[in-house]
Amino acid sequence: MPRDGLVAVVKRDCPTCRLVEPVLRQLPGLVVYSQDDPAFPADVADVRDDTGLEVSLALDIQTVPTLLRFTGGEVAERTEGWLRPAWEELAGVAVLGPELPEHRPGCGSRTGDPEFADELLVRTQGDRLGSRRIEISALEDELEALFDRGWSDGLPVVPPTPARVLRMLAGTSRAAHEVVGVVPPNLVEVTVEKVAVNAVLAGCRPEYLPVVLAAVQAACTEEFNAHGLLATTWSAGPAIVVNGPVVRAIGMNSGGNALGQGNRANLTIGRALQLVIRNVGGGRPGEVDRAALGNPGKLGFCFAEDEQGSPWEPLSVSRGIEPGASAVTVFAAEGPRGLADQISRTPESLARSLAAGLRGVAHPKLPMAFDATLVVSPEHARVFAAAGWSRSRLERALGEALLLDAAELERGAGGIEEGIRARAAGGPVPKFRPGGLLIVHAGGGAGMFSAVIGGWVGGPGGSQPVTREVAPWT
Amino acid sequence: MDLTGGPRGRTVLDPTDERAAAHRVPRPRPVSLDGLRVGLLDISKPRGDVFLDRLAELLAERGVRVRRYAKPTFTKPAPVDLRREIVAECDVVIEALAD
Repeated sequence: MPRDGLVAVVKRDCPTCRLVEPVLRQLPGLVVYSQDDPAFPADVADVRDDTGLEVSLALDIQTVPTLLRFTGGEVAERTEGWLRPAWEELAGVAVLGPELPEHRPGCGSRTGDPEFADELLVRTQGDRLGSRRIEISALEDELEALFDRGWSDGLPVVPPTPARVLRMLAGTSRAAHEVVGVVPPNLVEVTVEKVAVNAVLAGCRPEYLPVVLAAVQAACTEEFNAHGLLATTWSAGPAIVVNGPVVRAIGMNSGGNALGQGNRANLTIGRALQLVIRNVGGGRPGEVDRAALGNPGKLGFCFAEDEQGSPWEPLSVSRGIEPGASAVTVFAAEGPRGLADQISRTPESLARSLAAGLRGVAHPKLPMAFDATLVVSPEHARVFAAAGWSRSRLERALGEALLLDAAELERGAGGIEEGIRARAAGGPVPKFRPGGLLIVHAGGGAGMFSAVIGGWVGGPGGSQPVTREVAPWT
Repeated sequence: MDLTGGPRGRTVLDPTDERAAAHRVPRPRPVSLDGLRVGLLDISKPRGDVFLDRLAELLAERGVRVRRYAKPTFTKPAPVDLRREIVAECDVVIEALAD
């Protein structure tokens, strides 16, 4: 690069660059950087090859041709496209290209070519990435190679190329090296970048990353006890319910089939959390994951609460998050089980119905054993809404209906050996510990069906639901 | 950086805690075959059997007993069962690779 003098950046592919070719020949001491063809422009003494785009990037070239004047090693002036008076003034030449039209706009610089976007992203920002780079050999199938390295949950994963990870990191304003949490079972510190790598594997879009980060943060807490939940022989795994404006912003599903397939955000956010536990924490089935049966939701289980149609405040608000803020709540979850009640039109009857469905969690004869989540569908919720029942009113009614007669629970009662010890309870026994039942509103507009999601051992000796705010995703 | 159409997306970032080695390295060559279980694998290329028969003779002179294996065809990778059988029964395997 000259300390003083004129520099032009051009490409042959640009008609304006070809138009000004005679002008370029006319400029004294001009250095030309050619983005696509070192033989262009012809008959200029000092044409330099910039097909690697290093100089174009360093000079932040957006448009070709760009004419620059250097003074003392610094860019003193620049002009883009062809505008005769601007070129004459910048070059200090009285008359330039008199036969040319007065003005022609330039073309996009090759640095903006979508074909090179990934390479340039990695070149300009790749040093932000600290993860080990692994080369996949030319003879390996890319997707098979990721299976072979043990990074998959059993379904294909998206190769976490540096460019994809950088694009993922654009989804958060948090620094790549920032530690998000300590992931069990191996108690490994996980950075924003490592979460992003696994979010790429899972198939997330960058705008989902703040939700994934919040979920990882929530899952890596003492209260949630992801280690115990992973290591138990019980079938549950971590599930996520999302609240707040982020739900609509990233297109999550809280309506029909909210707990099922078909929505990328729901599916991949839940999967990303599980891949972090698998890949970073080292929690793999057959190793520390000792589940006797497992459940399909262990691939990833995430959905949004339907706040618009809900008769209640958002779950996150009932758990201490400011209204209007986005949040995740992680909880231990088996697969959901439907509860059909198409007859009840009074809240009392419907609450007793739902309680009957909840009684089976863990075992109908085991009280204070496992937590549970009740997903109330819109057609059930409207019964409570019409009666003016708040969430806590429903919780109370469920609690009353789930005060179980100790005599029915004792070992041997009902001809079933499982149960509590004889005379262990002095009176009726609650099915769930206080705070052991989450109530969420979600589902499609038709169907008087709610769902019971059994959990796992609740309280300090097991796993407690944890709610964390989603950091603003500016 | 390759802006001229070379292979793309062949580098990936490690999603793990990076405790495991990035690349698997072959085991070191055994210093001696004494006491090792040696397999001879014929991949069914012509005259592979001649080569392996002679090796078996030479190894027998040194008191090394061998087990013989054969791939059904050299055009395809060894069947999984055969690979497992060799892994279970041998410490070392010598393969007759070429014609």
